[in-house]
Amino acid sequence: MTAPAAALLSVRGLVKRFPGVTALQGVDFEVRAGEVHCLLGQNGAGKSTLIKVLSGAHRPDEGEIRWRGEVVSFGNPTAAMRSGVAAIYQELDLVAGLSVADNVFLGHELSTAGFTRRAEARRRTRALLDRLGHPEIWPDRDVGRLSVAHQQVVSMARALSLDGQLLIMDEPSAVLDPDEVRVLFGVIRELTAQGVAVVYISHRLAEIREIGDRVTVLKDGRTVATGLPAREVKTSELIALMTGRALDNVFPHRKPVDPVAPEVLVVRGLADKNRFRDVDLTVRAGEVVGLAGLVGSGRSEILETVYGARKAADGTVEVDGRRLRRGSVGAAVRAGMGLCPEERKSQGLLLDQAVYRNITVSSLSSFAKFGFLDDRAERARSSRLTEALDVRPVGVDRVVRGLSGGNQQKVVLARWLLRECRVLLLDEPTRGVDVGARSEIYELIRELADRGVAVVVVSSDVEEVLGLADRVLVVREGRVVHDGPADEIDESRVLDLVMEGHAA
Amino acid sequence: MSEDTAAVAARERTPVVKDNGRGISALLASPAGRNTGLVVALVLLCLGGVVTAGDRFADVDNLLTILRLAAVIGVVSVGMTFVITGGGIDLSVGAIVALSSVWATTLATQGIANDTHWIVIVFTALVVGGACGLVNGTLIAYGRVVAFIATLASLAAARGLAEIISNRKTQIVNVPGFAAFFDASVLGVPVLVVIFAVVAAAGWVLLNRTTFGRRTFAVGGNPEAARLAGIDVRRHTVWLYTLLGLCCGLAAVMLIARTTTGSATHGGLYELDAIAAVVIGGTLLSGGRGTIAGTVFGVLIFTTLSNVFTLNNLSISAQAVAKGAIIVVAVLLQQRLARRSGA
Repeated sequence: MTAPAAALLSVRGLVKRFPGVTALQGVDFEVRAGEVHCLLGQNGAGKSTLIKVLSGAHRPDEGEIRWRGEVVSFGNPTAAMRSGVAAIYQELDLVAGLSVADNVFLGHELSTAGFTRRAEARRRTRALLDRLGHPEIWPDRDVGRLSVAHQQVVSMARALSLDGQLLIMDEPSAVLDPDEVRVLFGVIRELTAQGVAVVYISHRLAEIREIGDRVTVLKDGRTVATGLPAREVKTSELIALMTGRALDNVFPHRKPVDPVAPEVLVVRGLADKNRFRDVDLTVRAGEVVGLAGLVGSGRSEILETVYGARKAADGTVEVDGRRLRRGSVGAAVRAGMGLCPEERKSQGLLLDQAVYRNITVSSLSSFAKFGFLDDRAERARSSRLTEALDVRPVGVDRVVRGLSGGNQQKVVLARWLLRECRVLLLDEPTRGVDVGARSEIYELIRELADRGVAVVVVSSDVEEVLGLADRVLVVREGRVVHDGPADEIDESRVLDLVMEGHAA
Repeated sequence: MSEDTAAVAARERTPVVKDNGRGISALLASPAGRNTGLVVALVLLCLGGVVTAGDRFADVDNLLTILRLAAVIGVVSVGMTFVITGGGIDLSVGAIVALSSVWATTLATQGIANDTHWIVIVFTALVVGGACGLVNGTLIAYGRVVAFIATLASLAAARGLAEIISNRKTQIVNVPGFAAFFDASVLGVPVLVVIFAVVAAAGWVLLNRTTFGRRTFAVGGNPEAARLAGIDVRRHTVWLYTLLGLCCGLAAVMLIARTTTGSATHGGLYELDAIAAVVIGGTLLSGGRGTIAGTVFGVLIFTTLSNVFTLNNLSISAQAVAKGAIIVVAVLLQQRLARRSGA
């Protein structure tokens, strides 16, 4: 399957500088036709810049890119696409409201004398989708109405529409649930069998083993290892290469939960109109409860309803024995609840504002006298928190947008630490967070629990739920189908429960 | 060691809100620098005035006239800065000014004012303006009507109501105490200008030093994140429009004082002038970033421009063209600076 072939793309000594920083300082690697080449590295290692350089969005300052043996310089992404190199970014670049076929040919519409050739576009889209193994996607469908997984397939069709030979995918699995990842892998295998090369970027090592052929590791803008066999190389070795230090145990040690600890969060018979019903959930002080389930199973909706961000149709939520008003975030926050939402950037952060403002936004009244804010106190308290959480780079006046995913997540956590909340709800706390920062966040969550906070964690990553939680609840199609201690259940059992009765 | 270089590299990659300047571009991109650009523009305009109109421009009375004209639209623009920073827009401000001016100067209102105290006129205008803002805010926040549409509807309705009440007649004000108060000067500065200064200063404090202001930035920057952080976004939105409504009521009072009339034609195109002043001042039209000082400069630039054109006997149409050009240039410049200071 991975017969050695001539290098399709080879990169030598690539350097890219931005004002004040060198993002890439010597990247070497090569990609063969028909292979899945994985790029691994922490946030800030230069992966995104590399993709942009390869796909023509940035010009390199030094080094050479050879495409099929010839030195090339793509002036822009369209030029790269015409040569057969296409990138699919994390934030899918599709236009909702346009049809699948329109999106596939966006920017290089098929036309005769200015009139679009819609039938031809539909026909070719059909052929591309067939080739990707998804004939069920209808070319006339509005892209905005497709599932994320299907949107990704459309993105891939778009990338292939100009006879793509190399597909660069930036964390394609981050927005997919396990079922959909399987679909994605099917498509990737289909493509590589046809000789297309794929550069695959992911934080999830398990995925890299499953789909990857070879691995290149980046650190601080440099290649630290390249061409490693994806299936054989040891996890510890990869982590050591990425972080520059050995990392033996990702999950922190958990203490047994005090069986008579007070029940802080009590949810009874919670239901909304149609996404879920009859949800019972009790979390004691110091306990971490994990919610496992597929995307769309209702787990995020349950969390948001407990928090009051969605209005419950039925049921009660109590914190420390006091019942909360339905559908009121304000009441939940006042009762001591905090939520780290699933979409950190769009739901959690004020991206263009300073770190300290993001931290104090939920506790403004405690910094105010007669409505006037004490700016200095805000900065001081935030500084102490960001130091304790090791948020980097240091400085509470920095704009949050410039921080990496892991550090942004720490900022959201700091917001609730500042309030000293009683109940912390975490939705996908480590999405888009690199391996090093991930274990720090796990430790932080554990530390909070040890201080008596009741924690609920929702995650698509079963390993994460099992490693972190004391008790695991499995949600399927809006019902809780399992509730038990984490050490009495294993990954395959959880997956069984999650998938049961679910069309694979 | 490599750990350190990574930290350093990351630090350099991240933009900082406060940056004590590296070169002119960094200075221009800083908050103070953005105002420097506006100051330079204003100074150039004044120089133009002196060169083309000489003493007729550089005359204390003329400068006070500029300020008096700037005061009314300035008060509206300060309110508009809040709404735009909070992620909204209000097209109905001119119509609210007209309605408030008419309602506050009906024979009935003037009668009560003459019987009791002239403050009744002020009070009426503020209540009418505030109520209009409350309606706008409620429609937008709780009725979930898009701000553009909701306030477009208010624009039509409020001006129509003003015409009905005034029967399309200009209502002359004849309340002695009222005129005496607003025509006066404090240490040579007309009361209208003092009011503008007080409103601008209060607006600055409210936006930059209070929880209300901070919440405004949060709501405008990312309403969903603000909601999940526990801020009552809808209630805050209502407050923002109500505040702007009150500013419109106050502007109506000032306009009544300046023209000694209430009329359904007052405040024509104020929405465009106010939005333009706010935007060239540096407030982001998409919300989350706003500056009162910038808005004040924006207002002064436009009013001075009108004055210079008028002194040179240039037509209103020529003024409009120049205004349009200024808006485009200002926005282009801002985008440039934003790109340089941002990612």
